[in-house]
Amino acid sequence: MNIPRVAWIVLALTALAIMPAVAPPYLLSLATLILIYALLAMSVDILAGYAGRTPLCHGAIFGTATYVAMYYVTTAGGNPWLALPVGIAAALGVSLVFSVLAVRTNGVYFLLLTLALGMIVWGVCQRWTSVSGGENGIRGNARPAMLADPSAFYYFVLAVGALSTYAIWRFVRSPFGLSLKGIRESESRMRSLGYNTTRHLLLGFLFSGLVAGLSGVLYAYFNSYVSPSSVALAQSVKGLLMVIVGGVGTLFGGIVGSAVIIVLENIVSSFTERWSMVLGALFVLTMIFAPEGILGKARAALLTRRKR
Amino acid sequence: MDRRNFVKSTAALGGLATFGAFDKVLAQGAGPIKIGLMTPLTGVVASGGREIAEGFQLYWDQTGKRIGNREVQVFVEDDGSNPDIALQKARKLTEQTKVDFLIGNLLANTGLAVAEYAKTSGIPYFIPVIAADDLTQRQRIPNVIRVAGYSASQMPRPLADYAYKKLGIRKVVTISQDYTFGHEQCGGFAQVFTELGGTIVSQLWHPLNTQDMSPYIAQIQGAAPDAVFAMETGADATRLIQQWSNFGMKGKIRLLGAQNATDQSVIRTLGAEAEGILSSAHFAEGNDNPATVKFVAEYQAAFKKLPSIYGFSHYSAAMWLSEAIKRVNSNVEDRPRLLDAVRKTVLSGSPLGRQVRLDEYGNPVYDVFIREVVKRPDGTFWNKPIETYPGVSQFWTYNPDSYLKQPSYSRTFQGIKKV
Amino acid sequence: MSPAVLQLLNSLTFAALLFLVASGFTLIFGLMRIVNLAHGAMYLMGGYVAYAVTTSSGSFLVGLLAAMLAVTVLGLITQALLRFVKGSELRQVLLTLGLALILNDAALVIFGGDTFSVPVSEGLRGATQVFGVFYPRYRLFVLFVGIAVLVLLWLLMNRTRLGSLIRAGVDDAETVEAMGINIRLVFVATFGLGMVLAALAGALGGAFLSLYPTADSEILVYSLAVVIIGGRGSLAGAAVGSLAVALLSTFGQVWFPELAYFVIFGPMALLLAFRPHGLFGRVQ
Repeated sequence: MNIPRVAWIVLALTALAIMPAVAPPYLLSLATLILIYALLAMSVDILAGYAGRTPLCHGAIFGTATYVAMYYVTTAGGNPWLALPVGIAAALGVSLVFSVLAVRTNGVYFLLLTLALGMIVWGVCQRWTSVSGGENGIRGNARPAMLADPSAFYYFVLAVGALSTYAIWRFVRSPFGLSLKGIRESESRMRSLGYNTTRHLLLGFLFSGLVAGLSGVLYAYFNSYVSPSSVALAQSVKGLLMVIVGGVGTLFGGIVGSAVIIVLENIVSSFTERWSMVLGALFVLTMIFAPEGILGKARAALLTRRKR
Repeated sequence: MDRRNFVKSTAALGGLATFGAFDKVLAQGAGPIKIGLMTPLTGVVASGGREIAEGFQLYWDQTGKRIGNREVQVFVEDDGSNPDIALQKARKLTEQTKVDFLIGNLLANTGLAVAEYAKTSGIPYFIPVIAADDLTQRQRIPNVIRVAGYSASQMPRPLADYAYKKLGIRKVVTISQDYTFGHEQCGGFAQVFTELGGTIVSQLWHPLNTQDMSPYIAQIQGAAPDAVFAMETGADATRLIQQWSNFGMKGKIRLLGAQNATDQSVIRTLGAEAEGILSSAHFAEGNDNPATVKFVAEYQAAFKKLPSIYGFSHYSAAMWLSEAIKRVNSNVEDRPRLLDAVRKTVLSGSPLGRQVRLDEYGNPVYDVFIREVVKRPDGTFWNKPIETYPGVSQFWTYNPDSYLKQPSYSRTFQGIKKV
Repeated sequence: MSPAVLQLLNSLTFAALLFLVASGFTLIFGLMRIVNLAHGAMYLMGGYVAYAVTTSSGSFLVGLLAAMLAVTVLGLITQALLRFVKGSELRQVLLTLGLALILNDAALVIFGGDTFSVPVSEGLRGATQVFGVFYPRYRLFVLFVGIAVLVLLWLLMNRTRLGSLIRAGVDDAETVEAMGINIRLVFVATFGLGMVLAALAGALGGAFLSLYPTADSEILVYSLAVVIIGGRGSLAGAAVGSLAVALLSTFGQVWFPELAYFVIFGPMALLLAFRPHGLFGRVQ
């Protein structure tokens, strides 16, 4: 890690840290949402970017944690702080089932299988009315009292986000993370080298699910509401698009992508109802012109500059 | 992170800050009255959502967008038929656009989500279309008022009464979309019907957006009831009515509909399949009451179609709010006074042609019509009243206190009286 | 009145429609390895165009032809865009996802959000006696069309040169190209065929399932289930898969209303996990 990079990160963190002092309340809540979704995007990146398996189920894992957290606090009367481990545990459980089924496939089939699995979760949330509230969902305040103030909550999310980013960063640079990358490059080679690729992918999936679950519980704290839309396919697509726009395999791309998509959504919807079309166009254009995303392009530009 | 990215992110943050700083803090009572209208302009109920906006704007266009010396500004946001987006827009309207109150939404879950937000933020929220019973019953929120709206179980009860007493129907199968709005409407119907002595043979619940209604129609054929009560909205209503007719059921078993099933938004793209279906509602666009005729004509001139419940409700709501705002001399910033004025307003100029007032729980009391879908000379169809039930509140003939002791309607509790 | 016969007919007629949508989808997936997530949007657009043209011209046939033309044009645009991302299956899939979002919103702008049904000619309205039950004529018509298309497609695949090229291409596109065949033309033809089938399905489905803003993603989800169960690129797979999904959906709605989607996606997920290539798919 070089000095300039550390400096940029410190500067960025400082900028983020002073937000509550300078930003109006709505923008602060937007920033909080960006940080929460950044975690979701990064969780997708662990699989898509590092293990080379693109999933369309992380919305469901995220939403499951949200549901469990909301149910735990509002219906079962649990301690709001404990919603974190409980929600994450639920996310891990779902990830385990998903990964066991999906890990044998790759490429497009992995995408489709995770899509199907996500839809099952959505169907369950929609129909299991006695627990999930069906279409009406679950509403109520799930946030710990200490975090009731928007600035306090923002700092909490920022701290959790920063720590998680660091943890993921260490993870992908660890020998385990590097082996995941190896599986992305060539699974057969890794297998011939003696790696248990199935187990590696499983563990990678679980770690990814853990981060998505953490994001989901934070969302429960933020939103005070959950409904089947939170586990729908659109949520998974959103997380995936954030990673792609930011840059698959760059980790920080998740943060950038989250900011871009959420800010864009906010601005665009003030002028037109055609946000869906804009999002679709963004998808198409990114795939054609910048599949490596913003950070990917930046990284490539930096490399060419260094070469000169 | 490299320099290019850092510049980008600081620029973005800087941009956000200046963007936010454009909030002008208005002197109280001097600037415009800002209304935040949330409605599903995209998503599965987009057509109803558009009519909400159209109906609401029609009133302001007609009256000149001013109340007293203050201009009225309506900020329309799309809730995408999605509660998460609805919440996001509610926050945006309240905290960024700084509207004076929120109104709108169509789907029950979007309304419930925003109501929760209204509870914690304190912003007044008016719901002409959101019909979830408990918002004016067991889970009332002081700053959420059902202006010009109705509660779900309120409307089908007269129909149950009419079916039993006037049509001699004794056995009914209910078919409904499987969510709270459906549960409540069926519950309203079932409770009254069984208390009169009728039998609910079976109740069919299907997920929202069920494409193929044929499995349910087959089950209904097997159950052989006197009539079917269908609680459907939107595309599900269109499909049920069409497929019902395709299977030759029309004329064999009588079809009774919830008000949404025969609403203009559904029947305007249907043909003879909808003819003859009975429903019950406070609004019947075929009513020959002069106020209704005038409203329908104006609406048709403006939008080239007959008004649906969505357009009508929001037009009436705009009228209602306008009168309430006049009562407080346009001082909308004083929220308790505004809410009080809204509660006390008796709407006299309503397109219904009769006075409408709220009960003590914040829900309007209406004269409810039994309506029939009839064909107009030009070949289109509309709902004409054939009978009137005066003064129907959300509690029917029940005592509110004892009624509120019974559980909310759900799949498991339908108010069915055990013999 | 036998409910079982009724439900069986419901399943068969629904299966016929699913087959029409899924056959185009599976051919494109099989030959070009493209999971066209915009296929549902093509179905919806086809339905809307059929509705608009049929109501204004008075002829269902004209409406159908207009729909096929419109969707084929959309298909050509899609193919052109896909060429920019040749080589990466994943990128292609995601591009079609973006297209689906665009098309869906465009449909909302052009046709509005009301629910439409494609008008059906007089002769096909109403019900008729069959196997002891009263059944809608129109649904029987759809069943008939489905079977006819199945037969025609089978003849195409097994008795024509194009068909043998497609089948060879599904097995091994590179070798076909190496043999000097212009595989690109085969691709275009196949994609076009897929689009025509989607338009036909939209026009027919639009009459009894109706057309509205989220119909595209709903039919897409069913198509995915069909193709995954049946296997990529296989006509027999599309037929069997459609039957399976339709039966599961129809009887599932009656017997297990609580489980709705699970009844379809559960088996699909299990099948994908243990036999990713579906019942009739070939292992590459």
